[in-house]
Amino acid sequence: MNKNMTITEKILAAHSGRKHLVPGDIVDATIDIFMGHDVTTPAAISMLEERGIESVFDKDKIVLVPDHFVPNKDIKSAELAKRLRDFASKHDIKNYYEVGRNGVCHAILPEKGFVLPGTTIVCPDSHTCTHGALGAFSTGIGSTDAAAVLATGKLWFKIPESMKFIVEGDLPECVYSKDIILEIIRDIGVDGALYRAMEFCGSIIDDLSIEARMTITNMAIEAGGKSGIIAADKKTDDYLKGRTNKRYTPVFSDDGANYVEVREYDVTTLEPMVAAPHLPSNSKPAGKYKDVKIDQVVLGSCTNGRIEDLRIAANIMKGNCVAKNTRMLVIPASTDIWRQAMKEGLFDIFAESGAGISIPTCGPCLGGHMGVLANGERCVATTNRNFVGRMGHPKSEVYLASPATAAASAIAGKIADPREYI
Amino acid sequence: MKLKAKAHTYNKAHINTDEIIPARYLNTDDEEELAKHAMEDIDANFVDNVKVGDVIVAAQDFGCGSSREHAIWALRGAGIRAVIAGSFARIFFRNGINNGFILIECQDASKKVSTGDELEIDLDGGTIKNLTKEEEYSFASFPPFVLEMLSCKGLLNKITKLGDTNDKS
Repeated sequence: MNKNMTITEKILAAHSGRKHLVPGDIVDATIDIFMGHDVTTPAAISMLEERGIESVFDKDKIVLVPDHFVPNKDIKSAELAKRLRDFASKHDIKNYYEVGRNGVCHAILPEKGFVLPGTTIVCPDSHTCTHGALGAFSTGIGSTDAAAVLATGKLWFKIPESMKFIVEGDLPECVYSKDIILEIIRDIGVDGALYRAMEFCGSIIDDLSIEARMTITNMAIEAGGKSGIIAADKKTDDYLKGRTNKRYTPVFSDDGANYVEVREYDVTTLEPMVAAPHLPSNSKPAGKYKDVKIDQVVLGSCTNGRIEDLRIAANIMKGNCVAKNTRMLVIPASTDIWRQAMKEGLFDIFAESGAGISIPTCGPCLGGHMGVLANGERCVATTNRNFVGRMGHPKSEVYLASPATAAASAIAGKIADPREYI
Repeated sequence: MKLKAKAHTYNKAHINTDEIIPARYLNTDDEEELAKHAMEDIDANFVDNVKVGDVIVAAQDFGCGSSREHAIWALRGAGIRAVIAGSFARIFFRNGINNGFILIECQDASKKVSTGDELEIDLDGGTIKNLTKEEEYSFASFPPFVLEMLSCKGLLNKITKLGDTNDKS
């Protein structure tokens, strides 16, 4: 028997009192951090109330962030947000982030120092895989799972097979981590990593900032992955300085650990990528879509709404205008990012170019509010999904791209290659 | 356990949870409300055509995308008893198990069953009889973990051992 384990197997073994785990094993693992938002956690709260469960497993391990339909888009969503807020108040949950101090939950969690290497994190949201960027096992769950975790602090997991992605080469100008993950998903398909843990490594991953790494792990779910994970390094330690006082023990895959598949990528010739409707795997170099006219551009989301993303886009927007028949929405992913962007003068650049700036929300990414598309409208978005009707009308279209490509496209009024705008 | 059911077949792969229940209806988690909009963006007549106890037969990667358990609730609320697919996306599959909702992976049925076919599903024997086409397909029987979840009618009953309180179907 191979005693060597992957980082994912080791973290789950350590959290389930097991010495050794292999893919297919089912364990009950302890959860270090539970995060909930306004769409899927209220249902979990109701389940607990229906069963008369009056206590939570550990109020300091619960983080609640209203983000999807806030600021409240209608009366029904106001009621959902209220159920989350009332729950936080009832259980004295300090880590509740109200509008004005909040952000997209997957931006808030690492920013506030809750994501530590070697820990287990769950949230009833599919993009929970984001937090693997700091070497944690982090995965999306459902509302029933959420109720179980809130009550017991534990959850069942089937140990996933691991798949390794080695990214090497020289990253060309105007090509970013978004382009890398779109290329990987194009290569393996939207169920190419179904049920699997996606482990990313290689010199390019090492060179990426923690923020850029988050863009990669964020989209593991778009390849069907259970999680995305990148082992912690000095950049991780530096990122966590000042965000947490807690001690943590990074976990690393053993040499000789078992991978169901190892794939290598050389990004030296990679171009800015655009994923056309209606699957994130449907991507080609931006230049192939040059004549596609667009109505809207969205810069934001848990995928690409962080400060680096805003800087990259602002650098391209500077001195340019959003095209006449196009509108651009800039949605910083958290309040801290919003304040930082303001301090750096990025809002002046966006506003002068004719883009609108919003407070943080998931809003348009899932067709919720603040940028819903009409019949036949097209949007270039730095978000993560381009499914049928994802951002509004079932006959609207979403093209996924990096912040650079989104900014260039806003200026052109059609899909554009950012290399022509620097 | 045996189920007799009429099939509603969708041949498109990667039917995602945005299609099963669009996010514009996620401002509620009420099952009856959600059920009115089940599969709306992929089949506007779905809700009218489904009778209680029917099943969906779909291609690979059914339920990909968002983690919204609302997708399971919307289908269950609309009367769907089980989904048979070539494969399921992970979180949707988990949500099904946690609700004691029947999800069957069966490539053969996924490729051969047509809308309107009458099926007889034998969960213990791992077979699906297509009474209309006079064919039989087999599937891997559920592992003990899933069987226990089905018999408890979901995760919360299993962990709270309260028994039969969570079955809204």
